[in-house]
Amino acid sequence: MIDNAFNNKTSNSQQTSYNYGQVSENNDQKVDIEIDGRKYNVPYGISILEACRKQNINIPTLCFHPDLCITGSCRMCLVEIEGMRTLQASCSYSITQPIKIHTTSEKVRKARRTILDLMISDHYGECYTCERNGNCQLQKLAKEYGVDYYRFGHVEEPFYEIDNSSYAIVRDMNKCILCRRCVRTCMDLQAVGVLGAVNRGYDTKIATFLDKPLEEVICINCGQCINRCPTGALKEKDSSDEVWQAIDNPKKHVVIQTAPSPRAAIGEEFGLPPGNSLTGELNTALKMMGFDRVFDTNFTADLTIMEEGTELLLRLKSALVDKNPNVKLPQLTSCSPGWIKFIEYFYPDYVDHLSTAKSPQQMFGAVIKTFYAQEANIDPKDIVSVSLMPCTAKKYECNRPEMDSSGLKDVDFALTTRELAQMIKEAGIYLPGLQKSTFDEPFGEASGAGLIFGATGGVMEAALRTAYELVTGRPVPFENLDITPCRGMEGVRQASVHLENVKPEWSFLEGVDLNFMIAHGTANAKKVMEALKRGELSNIHFIEIMACPGGCIGGGGEPIPTSLEIRQKRAEAIYKEDEGLPIRKSHENPHVKYIYEKFLTEGPCGHLSHKLLHTSYVKRGSYIV
Amino acid sequence: MPILNKAIVFDKENFGDGLKKALQMTPDDILLTVKNSILKGRGGAGFPAGVKWLAAASTPSDKKYVVCNADEGEPGTFKDRVLLTEFTEQVYNGMIICGYSIGAQYGFVYLRGEYSYMREQMEKTLESMRNSNRLGKNILGSGFDFDIEIRLGSGAYVCGEESALIESLEGLRGEPRNRPPYPVDRGYLGYPTVVNNVETLATVPIIINKGVEWFTSIGTEKSKGTKVISVSGDVEFPGVYEIPYGITISEVLDMVGAKDVKAVQVGGASGVCIPEEDLTRNISFEDVPTGGSIIVFNHSRDMLKILKNFMEFFTEESCGQCTPCRIGNKKLLDGINLIEEGKCSVQYLRELISLGETMQIASKCGLGQSSPNSFITIMTHFGDEILAKY
Repeated sequence: MIDNAFNNKTSNSQQTSYNYGQVSENNDQKVDIEIDGRKYNVPYGISILEACRKQNINIPTLCFHPDLCITGSCRMCLVEIEGMRTLQASCSYSITQPIKIHTTSEKVRKARRTILDLMISDHYGECYTCERNGNCQLQKLAKEYGVDYYRFGHVEEPFYEIDNSSYAIVRDMNKCILCRRCVRTCMDLQAVGVLGAVNRGYDTKIATFLDKPLEEVICINCGQCINRCPTGALKEKDSSDEVWQAIDNPKKHVVIQTAPSPRAAIGEEFGLPPGNSLTGELNTALKMMGFDRVFDTNFTADLTIMEEGTELLLRLKSALVDKNPNVKLPQLTSCSPGWIKFIEYFYPDYVDHLSTAKSPQQMFGAVIKTFYAQEANIDPKDIVSVSLMPCTAKKYECNRPEMDSSGLKDVDFALTTRELAQMIKEAGIYLPGLQKSTFDEPFGEASGAGLIFGATGGVMEAALRTAYELVTGRPVPFENLDITPCRGMEGVRQASVHLENVKPEWSFLEGVDLNFMIAHGTANAKKVMEALKRGELSNIHFIEIMACPGGCIGGGGEPIPTSLEIRQKRAEAIYKEDEGLPIRKSHENPHVKYIYEKFLTEGPCGHLSHKLLHTSYVKRGSYIV
Repeated sequence: MPILNKAIVFDKENFGDGLKKALQMTPDDILLTVKNSILKGRGGAGFPAGVKWLAAASTPSDKKYVVCNADEGEPGTFKDRVLLTEFTEQVYNGMIICGYSIGAQYGFVYLRGEYSYMREQMEKTLESMRNSNRLGKNILGSGFDFDIEIRLGSGAYVCGEESALIESLEGLRGEPRNRPPYPVDRGYLGYPTVVNNVETLATVPIIINKGVEWFTSIGTEKSKGTKVISVSGDVEFPGVYEIPYGITISEVLDMVGAKDVKAVQVGGASGVCIPEEDLTRNISFEDVPTGGSIIVFNHSRDMLKILKNFMEFFTEESCGQCTPCRIGNKKLLDGINLIEEGKCSVQYLRELISLGETMQIASKCGLGQSSPNSFITIMTHFGDEILAKY
């Protein structure tokens, strides 16, 4: 049951112009064309670039990204069309009539090389010292085109100051080639609009509002811009040095929690194709590197389900039984720190709809420096708590001032998948070749429900597996517990589960259709929030929102590149891992049961839970001071 | 300031009541008339107006727009200023006729920011036209509604490019769009839009009044009618003139009192530099086209300084979107500086000319495609002189 009104591809009405380059593809109608003397029959409206790529004809691109609308601004993908005076950008040219295309003519080769030479002349940066060394599209093209000297000179001194102000994202505009993928990502894909082009001509640059530091503008730290930057102009704020220092300090007890999405993607950093989870290998590597304990963030994902699910049931009870008019429904998920900042900025009046449950990262942080410290008999001051996250916003989240419920900073450092991969390489470890090992006690085991948090819809699926069973005493009525309506990559999904023959204590839910929605990417979150504002979602009970397209497996800290196909492969890896686990429901996780018996004795949403596992939000509003 | 010579098309005696006559015709007849007149765009690109109008007319849409491109920004061009002042109503009439023929009911005049002082007078003309039922609802009893709004540009040269103009009209940063789709398919707010130069639009009601045969009897085979030009530089009588297509550059020079001519820049900074020996060439789409700018240089002028001035203009006025234009113009300017310092090798100069040739075919819009013209033509004709001097 999918509501089609929400499923338009992300695009912001203000940016309509960006989409004008493309005529919609019509597969029924075909056009005869010729590419480099060979004849092809292609769908009407297909771009020359796509038509060529389908035939394995390589055309270089820089401003093109499969997730984004077309600008045709870098001009690398130029091709020659017979009868036209000028060369045409193949990414933006839709084939609507029989044409003869040349992709390797002298004019084309000369133009592409000249454009590349121009771009290199304006790009400051030493490849040695660049985070994207070896994974830079400009560097790759320079090699492909055999660039062996600076034909039009070279920038020898940096011109722009590096913006280090954000907890999450570092901007070095000296390396920017003005492809504007970050601009389109932020505006179209994420509906945030932090970045834009300012000035004109040669002075054009990508800037924030009034050129303010990133920390001072309405950035949600999602890092999607980093994932789509072809060069090293955008990167995460690196914490690996601090983490090494902690590991090297014998007085410190360094623990790391690893989230499922980095585990499903880190193999890509070691040359594996997308879709290979290296959970066990990573456990081994982290121990080799010197981490004292390796925990699974899925444990607190399970805990999140208990807390957030209980909160939802309490809200439903309050609404349905107590007829409390002030109860905020639908309840919105709160695991995604990018989404949290998005709602705080753009929908501050709706923050009370958010579950107060912390994200799994922050729950674990609080548990490690309280429960774990107690169980392991370690002074929490001596614990350094590290997390491996697919996410740059987690770096911001762990620095939020309210995230200190253990009395200390709950999570000290959040590492991205890319940062940890780099540390593993630095340690001389070839990750895919390692033996597998397990997580450490006392959180050794987690459920598949916690695992699937990594993919869009996963939180909803995990919550339903538990909530349905708590309420009815039966497992969810889906084959093999796979709640398929939760899965997939549609921007906004909606479904419902009918509750009947419920347990006596939940009698107020008898016959109720539990209606839920799922959205990923904040442009889709915006669509949902606008519908909520218009009062159209009064029948919806629970909405899962993830800031990043695809959910966490598409996070801003994940390996580069990203595309729908790559994100689907990562999601498949996660679902496959879930399938093979003995425990697949959060409430059945024995360690979860244990912590509620031993530590959080008042149960989910009890007093201590509220202190350690729940948080509050800030009504920021989208004004830049 | 009027047209300085004896006007040919823009003689008030030719005006009649083109609007009234047009509204008595069918839209198809108007489209056919404009097409048969072979009226080509006067802004510089020379695209046939009739073809553009037909394309917009045949695109089905509930809304369409007419835009008068009055963002006259080409260095050395000031003829639209004269047309907008002297023949304001003719320009508006052209817009109404265009709207009538393509099925648009609303038009914008995108007025160059620097021309804001003209706005008040232009608004008054609109008001008086509304009062006399020549604009607004049911114009002259024809049942056709059309209104016009004046919008000001903000000083960006690139907004004279039609798709950048439309972006600017929409309130966005003025940057060219990908073409195709052309504005006649998807223009302002995605609706079919005809963007025509002031002069193109002002010519239409006169063609309607005087007939296609009369109009096509003026000019050359492929360039029908006349061109309003603005002449500046080393001449005795600078100003705006109307010339029939096909007239030689020398004839123009005689008319404006130019002496000791070394070179003529035809078409402004984005146009071409014609040396002394080529002055017998003629102004037409077949030979040397111009959007209106004619700048005359006598022998006291340093061609490198002229070129530098042009390239400084483009380095600043490129919208900054596409690579060839954004960086290419800067590299050409840097090259000129190197020449000035006596540090540019002949080899590097060749590289720069080759760069210019790439810019001509690789840039996204007409700005970057034409900005190297002056570099290439001045270096071709005056390269030896320049290299000898510096």
